[in-house]
Amino acid sequence: MTHAPSSGPVAIQGARLVDPASGYDGRGALLVAEGLIARVSHGRDLDNLPAGTRVIQADGALLCPGLIDLRVKTGEPGNEPKETLKSAARAAAAGGVTSIVVQPDTDPVIDDPAVVDFILRRARDIELVHVYPAGAATKGGLGKGMAEIGLMHEAGCVFVTDADRPIIDSRVMRRLLAYAGGLGVLVAHRPADPWLTAGAVATESEFSGRMGLAAEPVAAETIMLERDIALVALTGARLMVDQISAAAPLESLARAKARGLPIIATASINHLTFNELDIGDYRTFWKLTPPLRSEDDRQALIEGVVSGLVDIIVSAHCPAPPEEKRLPFDEAAPGAIGLETLLPALLTLHHEGRAPLLRLIETVTLAPSRAIGLDAGRLAVGAPADLLLADIDAPRVIDAAELISKSKNSAFDGRRLQGQVLWTMVDGRIVYQRRQI
Amino acid sequence: MTLPAPGIDEIRSKASPFPRRHFLSVTDLDPVQVAAVLDLADLFVALNRQKSKKIDLLKGRTLVNLFFESSTRTQSSFELAGKRLGADVVNMSPRSSSISKGETLIDTAVTLNAMQPDILIIRHASSGAASLLSQKVDCSVVNAGDGQHEHPSQALLDALSMRRAFGRIGGLTVAICGDVLHSRVARSNVALLTMLGAHVRLVGPATLMPTDAARWGAEVCHDLRTGVAGADVVMMLRLQLERMQGALVPSMREYFRLWGLDREKLALAALGAKVMHPGPMNRGVEIDSDVADDLSVSLIQDQVEMGVAVRMAVLASIAARLDNR
Repeated sequence: MTHAPSSGPVAIQGARLVDPASGYDGRGALLVAEGLIARVSHGRDLDNLPAGTRVIQADGALLCPGLIDLRVKTGEPGNEPKETLKSAARAAAAGGVTSIVVQPDTDPVIDDPAVVDFILRRARDIELVHVYPAGAATKGGLGKGMAEIGLMHEAGCVFVTDADRPIIDSRVMRRLLAYAGGLGVLVAHRPADPWLTAGAVATESEFSGRMGLAAEPVAAETIMLERDIALVALTGARLMVDQISAAAPLESLARAKARGLPIIATASINHLTFNELDIGDYRTFWKLTPPLRSEDDRQALIEGVVSGLVDIIVSAHCPAPPEEKRLPFDEAAPGAIGLETLLPALLTLHHEGRAPLLRLIETVTLAPSRAIGLDAGRLAVGAPADLLLADIDAPRVIDAAELISKSKNSAFDGRRLQGQVLWTMVDGRIVYQRRQI
Repeated sequence: MTLPAPGIDEIRSKASPFPRRHFLSVTDLDPVQVAAVLDLADLFVALNRQKSKKIDLLKGRTLVNLFFESSTRTQSSFELAGKRLGADVVNMSPRSSSISKGETLIDTAVTLNAMQPDILIIRHASSGAASLLSQKVDCSVVNAGDGQHEHPSQALLDALSMRRAFGRIGGLTVAICGDVLHSRVARSNVALLTMLGAHVRLVGPATLMPTDAARWGAEVCHDLRTGVAGADVVMMLRLQLERMQGALVPSMREYFRLWGLDREKLALAALGAKVMHPGPMNRGVEIDSDVADDLSVSLIQDQVEMGVAVRMAVLASIAARLDNR
């Protein structure tokens, strides 16, 4: 997707550059021209700017690559009242997210090159952020026959996944990994044993037991992950573990990585922020898949992010309108929106001293970019000018009603966070702006 | 290549005895013996182009075509080969015999053996069936395809087609493309072509590639464009339609797009490259008709002609070692 470049070069002076690709976190400046990063300066401001350059004084604000979110759901096509590609793209821009990967479990399912093409055309017309479709791994996302992975990849899908639905049949999973791997296409899979998770709405624990909620044990995730690891060892294909959520599967992941297997893993910002107790009095905005786990699991997940065991953080943006959330807990739809709160929620881990800023930014820029083979995600000369400028200290109270997303099911509603996006740039064009500059 | 019609004496002098009683695998032969069979086959090609194609090398011999799997071209090829050599040929197929009434393969073999045939030609859906049969009978057994294991006479006819087109086999780059996993043709060809010094590539989706195929002495490649680049011979394999419904390959249109041979992909092969296919072809699936029917690049018709000649050479060589019981 290419946007028309903005008119004339733009220089951002006096910023705090955070660039995981070069490992730089410090004062610097950047010149954008023709939609690309033209110059990068570590330390001093840029001089000898081209004539007609518009200069933005950043006053020490964070300037980093725009975020790349590999797990976003919208309702388009098929369920537009939830969220359209346009509303999701506007929410993304407001959150400093410059690339989103939409999940294929729409209606119709993205299991056909024509639907991939539809998404890309819509995104081009919307002209806000980059929107990439993930293709379904199996026909209809039903876990039986392989979808047209090669044709969808040619059309522009960036990886394949059946989203929330696990691929139960091990033979299908094996063939899928072999086939996609042979074509160089990444497969993402959320590990969940279908029998242990059947009917579950919470994680199995003392809390869910007292609350009387049908629950799944963490073992459901561990069992399926161990199977997937064995199949990766068999096929040699790349796998992205979608939303690892607990300590035990992290141990499996660590062993697999130690063996040198080509496995990467994502975690959702929700599982890094909340634990099962946040469900409180059956609050359905905290009903998620996988379910929120124990505090020990959350701590293990944060350590995994810091150590690099968890490669990528996603928003797991999942819009659900009130009619799907204002229901008894076990009848409510799972999921929470997250595009606009991803950055401040990440910054919380920085402000709490849990993780270095550079590492946190890496998990939402360079790491996802590498996973799906984009040029973005780095502050390097020649890279697309997908950028965000943010005041990382600005205090705010999240008010779901003020969020741009069509659905307001934010788990961060009422939460005090720090960090405010000042503007977002995609291919050199400002697509969101908090204040006049 | 047109030779003057060979005389019976020339053929007799060249029909050196086959090294083994049975012909079950291409590995039954060494490169010198392969060359001898191909030389002999060349004479039969010339003979077959004559008005009178008969020669009495196998006079009085009985050939049984035992085809448990239906086949048109291989069965008729062996039948013609036997008849042109003067043998009596009997065709048996499961539907017309007691095999479909539950008789086991070994029972059938013992029964047939009692009829004193000289050569049994067997095609069976199970790998190893020809070998099993050969252990239970007194006559010679020729493997005309056992499951996903071997089809040695096909590899010989492919080698003959290549040798006549290029004048050599050693040094050629041969890309064998498509469903390698289920292909006995591919297995026999890899063994024979590497033995003869060709450079072989196996090209196909990972789901249609046998485990550790890279250890067969061939190079494995999961991209058709890369796989055919610079190849002298592009050999396409048949893909069974039932394997295309998502289990091993997503769809027919994706298969053709990624793995089907058309002009554009063939243009990446070496100048003067030839296209082969063991047949029967799925047009528009693994091969575009435009390529298959172009006689300037396609050896597909030649392969069928060479098939009869090679099988005559195999039968004549085997007959030359048969003793009179």
